[in-house]
Amino acid sequence: MKQQLEQIRTTAIAEIAAADTSLEEIRIKYLGKKGALTAILRGMGSLTPEERPVIGAVANEVRNDIESALEKRGAELKKLSLARSLVEEKLDVTYDAIAPNAGHIHPITRALERMTEIFIDMGFSIVEGPEVETVGNNFDALNAPADHPSRDFQDTFYITESTLLRTQTSPVQIRAMRGMTPPIRIISPGRVYRSDVADASHSPMFHQLEGLVIDKGITMGDLKGILSKFAKTMFGPETKTRFRPHNFPFTEPSAEVDVSCFVCGGKGCRLCKNEGWMEILGAGMVHPEVLRAGGIDPDVYTGFAFGMGVERVAMVMSGIDDLRLMFENDARFLKQF
Amino acid sequence: MEVSLNWLKDYVNAPEDIKTFCDAMTMTGTKVEGYKVLGSDIEKVVVGKIMSTEPHPDSDHLIICQIDVGKEEKLQIVTGAQNVKAGDIVPVCLDGARLPGGKTIKNGKLRGVVSQGMLCSLGELGLTVNDFPYAIEDGIFLLEEECNLGDDIRDVCKINDTIVEFELTFNRPDCLSYIGIAREVAATFDEKTNLPEPKVTEVKDGEKASDYIKVNVLNKELCPRYTARVVKNVKIGPSPLWLRAKLRAAGVRPINNIVDITNFVMLEYGQPMHAFDYEYIKSREINVRNASEGEEIVTLDGVTRKLTPEMLVIADGSRAVALAGVMGGENSEITDNTTTVVFESANFARESIRKTSKAVGLRTDSSAKFEKGLPACNTLPAVDHAAELVNMLCCGDVVEGIIDINNADINERSVVYDRAKINALLGTNISDEEMDNLLAKVELVADGKGGLIVPPYRSDIINTADIAEEVVRLYGFDKIEETMFKGAADLGGRLPLEAFRYQINNAMAGLGYCECCTYSFVSPSALDKINVPADSELRDFIRLINPLGEDTSVMRTHALPSMLEVLSRNVNRKVEKCRMSEIMTLYFRDGDLSNEKKMLCFAFTPDCGGFYNLKADAEALFIRLGIAKRDYVAVSEDPSFHPGRCADILVGGKKVGRIGEVHPLVCENYDLPRGVCAALISVEELFDSVKNERGYIPLPVYPAMERDLALICEKDYEAAKLLSDIRSYAGKSLEDAYVFDIYCGKGVEEGKKSVAVRLVFRLADKTMTDEDADAGVKKILKKLERENGIVLRS
Repeated sequence: MKQQLEQIRTTAIAEIAAADTSLEEIRIKYLGKKGALTAILRGMGSLTPEERPVIGAVANEVRNDIESALEKRGAELKKLSLARSLVEEKLDVTYDAIAPNAGHIHPITRALERMTEIFIDMGFSIVEGPEVETVGNNFDALNAPADHPSRDFQDTFYITESTLLRTQTSPVQIRAMRGMTPPIRIISPGRVYRSDVADASHSPMFHQLEGLVIDKGITMGDLKGILSKFAKTMFGPETKTRFRPHNFPFTEPSAEVDVSCFVCGGKGCRLCKNEGWMEILGAGMVHPEVLRAGGIDPDVYTGFAFGMGVERVAMVMSGIDDLRLMFENDARFLKQF
Repeated sequence: MEVSLNWLKDYVNAPEDIKTFCDAMTMTGTKVEGYKVLGSDIEKVVVGKIMSTEPHPDSDHLIICQIDVGKEEKLQIVTGAQNVKAGDIVPVCLDGARLPGGKTIKNGKLRGVVSQGMLCSLGELGLTVNDFPYAIEDGIFLLEEECNLGDDIRDVCKINDTIVEFELTFNRPDCLSYIGIAREVAATFDEKTNLPEPKVTEVKDGEKASDYIKVNVLNKELCPRYTARVVKNVKIGPSPLWLRAKLRAAGVRPINNIVDITNFVMLEYGQPMHAFDYEYIKSREINVRNASEGEEIVTLDGVTRKLTPEMLVIADGSRAVALAGVMGGENSEITDNTTTVVFESANFARESIRKTSKAVGLRTDSSAKFEKGLPACNTLPAVDHAAELVNMLCCGDVVEGIIDINNADINERSVVYDRAKINALLGTNISDEEMDNLLAKVELVADGKGGLIVPPYRSDIINTADIAEEVVRLYGFDKIEETMFKGAADLGGRLPLEAFRYQINNAMAGLGYCECCTYSFVSPSALDKINVPADSELRDFIRLINPLGEDTSVMRTHALPSMLEVLSRNVNRKVEKCRMSEIMTLYFRDGDLSNEKKMLCFAFTPDCGGFYNLKADAEALFIRLGIAKRDYVAVSEDPSFHPGRCADILVGGKKVGRIGEVHPLVCENYDLPRGVCAALISVEELFDSVKNERGYIPLPVYPAMERDLALICEKDYEAAKLLSDIRSYAGKSLEDAYVFDIYCGKGVEEGKKSVAVRLVFRLADKTMTDEDADAGVKKILKKLERENGIVLRS
């Protein structure tokens, strides 16, 4: 009987070691109710009382050996089968099985958000104004002479004789001055309108960002400081600014402001049309008449104002060469931003 | 304004290097738009003399010329022109010469005869008979200028020039002239100007200008100054080359000596002038008056102009002879037979000229200058310089005396000069002496009594800020130190509603929508395309008086047309799958002004899904923004939407927007496939519903029990109603209930539907048992059956 047991141990362990899928059959074959080992144990009744504990001990030993062999092999097989399935489950990771559903922010909004953030960080607050404005706020209070060409029908969209679509965000200056007491430090983004047929560089509707600072002792040096900081933050720390004298009705002195081309660093390239500079805004010290129109005493307060085209900045930043793309809303264009 | 550098050098020295010149002018406020070098397209063309001619042996129209170009070796050139003979001085293209238009000339053979170049016509040099009246149009240009053989033709014909284009600002009408630009050049480069000081030689024969003509200015407001001179014994003829060349460089066509003089002086002083033929000034008087009702004039361009009483005319005793400041009349035009001329040099009110020019639709060099507001101080020197030129050109005798009726202030002014205030405004520390010196460059002189003397042509300088502008542009912006202002200021920040819009934009991008940007103005017919009824108040548009076209003539009151146009354009361009979103401004009439409202519109083409996808996106947006409880109420009467696939969105019982499948007929109107879905959500209403502080519910301690029911109910029994019924019938233990499937068809009675509902039960204080859950379900089912006739699917 002992021999039989030894035999079972040997064959069972050999079978287990050779198994490469399921061990359950082997377990049943040896350890199941009708299994070989069970059968031997059942036959123990025929043994002498002296033999019984000896054979019993051997039988237990054999059962333990088979069980541990099963366990060991089981773990190995699990490992093997996992390894196999991992190989089988390999995917072509370069295949785009599911198209991404990514949204996009319009380049104008992107530029506007960035621009406003920079000024907010410098302590500016945002103020908004209506797009349908009075001639008074859009021109008269901003010191535009009665015969200034910008007032012409060819340049401005009128709604009545006294109302129009604002041609600039500057009327918000007037609204702000009348509604606030200095110190004033605001920016105002928004849509503006000019009677221009759409082409690569004109649009009847576009966006501006207006800035206004009024306090005691504000100087042109402060204007330079703010705009230089803006340019460095917006276009990169190496950016230089250049003020060129100009004339606007609502500021005096006035300047047009260029930034050094951030593509070529001022050496001249395609983007800056070989000039090394790109014009991005107009600025100046608020005209005394404008302060007066806003209810602020020009003998006590001074201030500066600036305005820039948002599309211009967005186009410059992304190298967009046709303004019409901004308003055509071709998904293939929008998806690039 | 285009300025010839050759001409400018008559008045001031300028640096030779064009780039230095342009950059410096721009940086002192006279912006250079660009420049062009005249004659740069002509090379290797020289003066030659025809020594002899002989006919070509193999041609009856070609001529063989022997040419002397000032070198030992003579050239042989074959020409087809018939107007050449021995002794003629002609422009000769040498081997390798270049001509305007990119033409190059090389040595070659013409019908077997060697030709070492080409003889040129006027046209081939880019010139016209106006530039050289003695030449002919067809044929070789036979030169009559003083020159030597071998001279460069560009020097001989005075084509060598650089034209600089300046962009002048509105406040500097005085710079619309060579003299004005010369002053700026002098100030920029620290040079002295050399301006004309006209010295007129009058004929002292006892005749006086006032004997010839009597001038009456009847409207002093519209004509502040009228100055005139009379020239007799006029000999009309071409101007000399120097004058023609200057006019040509300035883009003005030379005509005859008298007209050329008026144009020259206009460019030089910026003072428009006019010359009348005295013979045709009836009753020897000039009346500057308003036109009478119904009066007409034929202007120099041959067009009959109908005049109105607001317009100012120059009239003789009986009729208008010029439309003041705009254009002269044909009836008094200078002709080849003119013998006596009246030079007019007047000042007219800018607004009047602008309106007249616009009303008659005629903008001339003269009106363009007047409408900018010219200084009245120039009329006298201008007419004198014209008279001086008549002397120089020997084309007439200047009659003694000037007519000058002046009601304008042409004296120097004094304005308050506060150096400390200027430094304070600029943030500079410029010394008194330096500031005085800077201002002196533009002839602004401190009077030592706190005032600054301003010349009469600088009407733009009125206050301290104006003086500061002069200081800073000559001092240099780059020398101002960059500073950061001090002083108390609030923390900056966005407006709450504005910040909310950025939040929405980002959320929509997160949901896979492309933000677009559409025009605020639309066509009034846009509302027709989305089936808005004719009597809708949405049609009470804010209208533009002067739109670019019908398509952009009214401010939009609805967001859908702009959005559908975007989808339509994309589908048309074969981008068939697109999801678009925009926060649009809508404009509603509010008295004369507008009530501007923000509307979020998002939409997609059928390829991206249907109504339920749209609804899921709307829900995702609301959850993201923190909008608590949304209800959707079916809407069947919005003509823009599918009557069975449209809903209002309610938050706390208040309508915030509408979603739906766009009506098939509307899709058709936009050439869109059926099934486009669109949402319209009011940003302001939504903003009012935002809960920024989010409450917290503790996580459950005990497990939940779930039960799924298939309920049979009427087909139009809405899911929301069913769920709210279930909630009201259930006790506190029902934590959640939702529909996860709706089925109609086989196995379900006609007119009914099977709704699969999942119920989630949970107790806060103990584990729920199966019995508890079953009891809960039983209670709900009982009530559903009794109250609503809804039963379990068997």
